[in-house]
Amino acid sequence: MAKHKTPLLDQLESGPWPSFVSDLKQEAESRSKNEKGIEFQIPVDVCEDLLGVLELSFKHGRTHWKHGGIVGVFGYGGGVIGRYCDQPEMFPGVAHFHTMRVSQPAGKFYTTKYLRDICDLWEMRGSGITNMHGSTGDIIFLGTTTPQLEEIFWELGHNLNQDLGGSGSNLRTPSDCVGQARCEWACYDTQAICHDLTVEYQDELHRPAFPYKFKFKFDGCPNCCVASIARADLSFIGTWRDDIGIDQEAVAAYVGGELPPNGGSHAGRDWGPFDIQKEVIDLCPTKCMWLEDKKLMIDNRECTRCMHCINVMPRALRIGNDRGCSIFAGAKAPILDGAQMGSLIVPFIKVEEPYDEIKETVIEPIWDWWMEEGKNRERLGELMKRQGFQKLLEVTGFKPDPRMVQEPRHNPYIFWKEDEVEGGFQRDVNEFRKYHQR
Amino acid sequence: MAFVSSGYNPQKPMENRITDIGPRHFEEFYPPVVKKNKGKWLYHEILEPGVLVHVSETGDELYTVRVGGCRLMSVTHIREICEIADKYCDGHLRFTTRNNIEFLVASKDKVEPLKKDLASRKFAGGSFKFPIGGTGAGVTNIIHTQGWIHCHTPATDASGPVKATMDVLFDDFQDMRLPAQLRVSLACCLNMCGAVHCSDIAILGYHRKPPMLDHEYLDKMCEIPLAIAACPTAAIKPAKVELADGTKINSVAVNEPRCMFCGNCYTMCPAMPLADDVGDGIVIMVGGKVSNRISAPKFSKVVVAFLPNEMPRWPSTTACIKKIVEAYSAGANKYERVGEWAERIGWERFFEKCELEFTHHLIDDFRDPAYYTWRQTSQFKF
Repeated sequence: MAKHKTPLLDQLESGPWPSFVSDLKQEAESRSKNEKGIEFQIPVDVCEDLLGVLELSFKHGRTHWKHGGIVGVFGYGGGVIGRYCDQPEMFPGVAHFHTMRVSQPAGKFYTTKYLRDICDLWEMRGSGITNMHGSTGDIIFLGTTTPQLEEIFWELGHNLNQDLGGSGSNLRTPSDCVGQARCEWACYDTQAICHDLTVEYQDELHRPAFPYKFKFKFDGCPNCCVASIARADLSFIGTWRDDIGIDQEAVAAYVGGELPPNGGSHAGRDWGPFDIQKEVIDLCPTKCMWLEDKKLMIDNRECTRCMHCINVMPRALRIGNDRGCSIFAGAKAPILDGAQMGSLIVPFIKVEEPYDEIKETVIEPIWDWWMEEGKNRERLGELMKRQGFQKLLEVTGFKPDPRMVQEPRHNPYIFWKEDEVEGGFQRDVNEFRKYHQR
Repeated sequence: MAFVSSGYNPQKPMENRITDIGPRHFEEFYPPVVKKNKGKWLYHEILEPGVLVHVSETGDELYTVRVGGCRLMSVTHIREICEIADKYCDGHLRFTTRNNIEFLVASKDKVEPLKKDLASRKFAGGSFKFPIGGTGAGVTNIIHTQGWIHCHTPATDASGPVKATMDVLFDDFQDMRLPAQLRVSLACCLNMCGAVHCSDIAILGYHRKPPMLDHEYLDKMCEIPLAIAACPTAAIKPAKVELADGTKINSVAVNEPRCMFCGNCYTMCPAMPLADDVGDGIVIMVGGKVSNRISAPKFSKVVVAFLPNEMPRWPSTTACIKKIVEAYSAGANKYERVGEWAERIGWERFFEKCELEFTHHLIDDFRDPAYYTWRQTSQFKF
């Protein structure tokens, strides 16, 4: 018998898509039966009360969670988000319902052993409800009480060799695409650099020293499966500088209809026979491809590596061999000053362990500038807008490059610096007046 | 419920403390076939919706069966995932950025039994536990935020509208009939911890009423200067307020016409709540993308300024999304994303095709970038 009636939520149990309501109910039931005799460290009816408070929100059209409050584990300023219910008398099981962010492994591969260990810990010391995963990438433990925070952190560190992720004005847990682990298009090892930087910058991740949040995301190619260009303060997008590899026999097989275009992704509709001219050559944004004696030719110097041709003919075309990444700075969602896409600051850099060039010439100079000049709750992209892209060049020392802009400036209002103008700004007005009457 | 110590001693928090070890190393979790073939993959193919094969230069093959997952997931459910992965995948699996679960097997003969098992599992309420799909030119899982399950600033729920929307779009999760992939995302307020601003279709929770002022508590609960500084439109200023009992206190005043309802003040000051059952609802944004394929990444554009929160199934929102998906499916060329289609036919045509009303709310008036969205050419369509 459910503790709270949930007539509105119950309507989300039908329909084909997995129902989170059914899942919450099964967890509530599992806790109430407690067949394994677990010594639950937070209220046994936490899931029932979670359903109850959610039902109330469905009824009221408003959330029933209060602001965080300062909770955390000793010595860390991130990884735990305090959460309290605004109807604790009605729902005592979720009166304290803090979130813990658990730093996910790069690539989000798991063994069942690890997941079971995580589940056992969270079932006993928390609500048993997770997010797999949060938007930034962490494993999210959703709902525990203050006394359990240190206990969970202890068990994570001592028994699972596992740390918390970032929250607040910290480096947030970096995340990456599947990369070379299972993708033929990854131009660098996204997992390796994601893990390396996460470990290298643990201090920045756990102890708030930044004006606001800061995100790294690693996309292995310009298809951008982790959306780094839209949401990472520093976005690393794989690319290459040499030629696309061509297997002309496979090109012919696509043209002849023996291979399905785009890896079979359009099989749900009859689009007619594959037309390489219409579907590849004419859609190339730089028109750098053509057919010659049934052979596909590419003027690689004009290619901007948009991935379309490679996506359409994965067995015929391959990313180049001189691989690295482009780095974009300043992406963010709209809060506060409107959404920003990442802007290209490094057209090409090699991505090789131990990544010193990336750390020393890109990340750290940018952090120094942002920590010095950034206002409270100002993301890197907003600082770039406020102080200008040229300031970013100044602090990193990168040379201006036409690749960094969509087009040159629209106005001539150049802020010339004194040392850029011959003779400087100090002049003698009396000397001037000898030739120009007042 | 006796307290069980982990070993942590609150009297000596630094004793044997382990910190800053980071996440587990990814290589611990690779299936053997991935470890062996990392960086050697030659090509992939989607064999059917939800089933991929990746082929390595070593000749090895890796089959992936992708299933939709709720981002909100219980340990009971995760253990069921583990049970399946133990049975078919030698104890390995992965999650995708979009909350899908991928079961990985190294030989083709394991695919059919795995698929059959996955498809057969249902929750008590009747929904699939592990629907197979989410690949290619279709709709994949919706990435989303917390909503009413756990957040203090949402203007709508997250899991609820996502479930309702995926039920409506379910056929396209299991099919690949669309002109290109279609990414739907939901953020329950414009903080957008889900970064939905570059999605083909974005569902965004939005407040429409300025904050209420809990004067009596404001100065006690908040740092007034921080609340003032938090406002992106400088709509908040300090104010002396006289309470009913005659006491004069420090508080703030809000210049209401200037409020853009972002809730940033509430984030800094809990005595300024915005949530409202009638004021809050959903904005639909369309045409964004993050891929650099063919055209540059794009922001999503607001095409419906407001739809009410209709619990539990948000029918106006799901109907609107369905209408946009169908118009896109009928009108776009092969490989064309929603935003590319809208730009090719023109946004005036987009509203016509999607049967959406164009209102003054849809014309940008927020700062400099607004100008770049107005039409500065005589080229337009009647």
